[in-house]
Amino acid sequence: MALEAVKSGEGVLLLVPGNREVGGIMMTTKFETTFGSLGDFSKGELEIINDDPKNYVFSNIFDVASRSRPYEKVVVAINLGYVFETLRAEGTSTWFAAAHDEFAIVMDGVVAVDLVKLDAPDAVVPPGQRGAIAVEGTPVGRKMGYVKCKRGHQVLLPKGAAYRFRADKPGVILLQTVDGALSVHKWADICYK
Amino acid sequence: MSQTVNALEVKASPASNQTGYRSFELGSFAFSRDEYFAKVTWHVGGQKLSHVMSADAFLRAMMRDVAWGFFYGWVNFDPVIGTRNLYGKVELYAGAYHPAYKEKGLDLTETFDSREIMATFKAILDDWTNEGFDPFAAPDETDTTWVGKKNGNNRLAIERQRQACKRMPGLAGDAELRTDKNGYPVNRAFADVSQEEPEVHAEPGFEDEVHAFSLFAYLSRSDVTWNPSVSSVLERSLCCPTTEEYILPIKHGNDRVEWFIQLSDQIEWEIEDKQTGAPRAKVIMKAGDVAAMPADIRHQGYSKKRSMLLVWENATPGLPELYESGKLKPNPVEF
Repeated sequence: MALEAVKSGEGVLLLVPGNREVGGIMMTTKFETTFGSLGDFSKGELEIINDDPKNYVFSNIFDVASRSRPYEKVVVAINLGYVFETLRAEGTSTWFAAAHDEFAIVMDGVVAVDLVKLDAPDAVVPPGQRGAIAVEGTPVGRKMGYVKCKRGHQVLLPKGAAYRFRADKPGVILLQTVDGALSVHKWADICYK
Repeated sequence: MSQTVNALEVKASPASNQTGYRSFELGSFAFSRDEYFAKVTWHVGGQKLSHVMSADAFLRAMMRDVAWGFFYGWVNFDPVIGTRNLYGKVELYAGAYHPAYKEKGLDLTETFDSREIMATFKAILDDWTNEGFDPFAAPDETDTTWVGKKNGNNRLAIERQRQACKRMPGLAGDAELRTDKNGYPVNRAFADVSQEEPEVHAEPGFEDEVHAFSLFAYLSRSDVTWNPSVSSVLERSLCCPTTEEYILPIKHGNDRVEWFIQLSDQIEWEIEDKQTGAPRAKVIMKAGDVAAMPADIRHQGYSKKRSMLLVWENATPGLPELYESGKLKPNPVEF
């Protein structure tokens, strides 16, 4: 690293790296917002003082998705049955449905979401069923439409509808839902220990 | 020494001849401020004790306590002063979670009806917040008019309502999306965040059911720091994203597990034991990171650049009792 001498007070010379940023982030008027992606993410750190690192269940959704099968529903956060899942969006998913609302946030890539209003939702997903289930074949019902989402876009996956994801290139979905039969728990593989 | 505020009695002094600020009393606690400092005074066993905070830090902390309705659990203004939400009632304490005060029996905790303490806190905020100072703003965004004698007020800032949706913002009858027109320009720190909205192609008859919006654009237009809104509701599962810059003005003590998902940039969290304040860990979160905040800690975040954080809460009634009794473990996952 190239160093340059900078004159400081009391005749002291400080050696600082060359190509210095002019001013710090807070002193400039131009800000750069950093988002993560499958191709460019940096996992944070735990500095343990007097604790068990497992207590923080610390993972990174891009790290998880980079090691997941397409549309594998990997739980990254759980709170008494409610979960956040990370899905690697790649290709076309199976159809899913749930007996409750779900919300998907696209965190990387371009993901289309197809929606079908189920003719007989209770026959597809029993009332009280927790979490999403896979719908066999093509769901029976009326097409509701589709949504094309990019990074940062949130889409409602409403109760009573079936949905599927389509992504030409790998992307990442963060799904607010309920722990269910399709949810995958592999905490020891994804979290700091 | 009293005046009526919202039909609730608030004990307030006349404005000081020297500074222009009123002093307040709530139970055995007294609150006063001068040009630089806020002071809280209490008596224990015949001994008078006082605690001083910089007035801006005090106002930023009190602003969160008011805006959050005392939030989930403990809102520590600093290591000495704070509140604990008992949902309908609120404890106000001094030294109760500070080992030195506690050991010497110099701590004081009093319980108030939520409306009573809220009325007093709102009256303090109203009187002590000068024109030009916004306790919700980052230091880089607001004036330093918190310094000095009383000079007007900033009710527009301190009376903001927390934006909470019933299901998802933008749905018919639900919370509005943020736009230039309704007073939410893009924040200076998120000028580079795409404002492109998702393409919604709804079939006829489903226009109200096929719904999406740009959460990142929504957050880029937040006019407050460290003040979560609610952006999706799944039964008791609440997504509460927020934008963070500088320092969380309080140390939040959890009465339940909450989770953080870092959506952009970086926050460094200092984690302490909830009861004693002893340091436990530092959690440095970058974009895409997910971390639990256990139910037995207090935490305070530092964000050098305005960042987007998704705070995920479980609003199931009765959780504090389940964690307090040990029926639920403070950490959410065993592995």
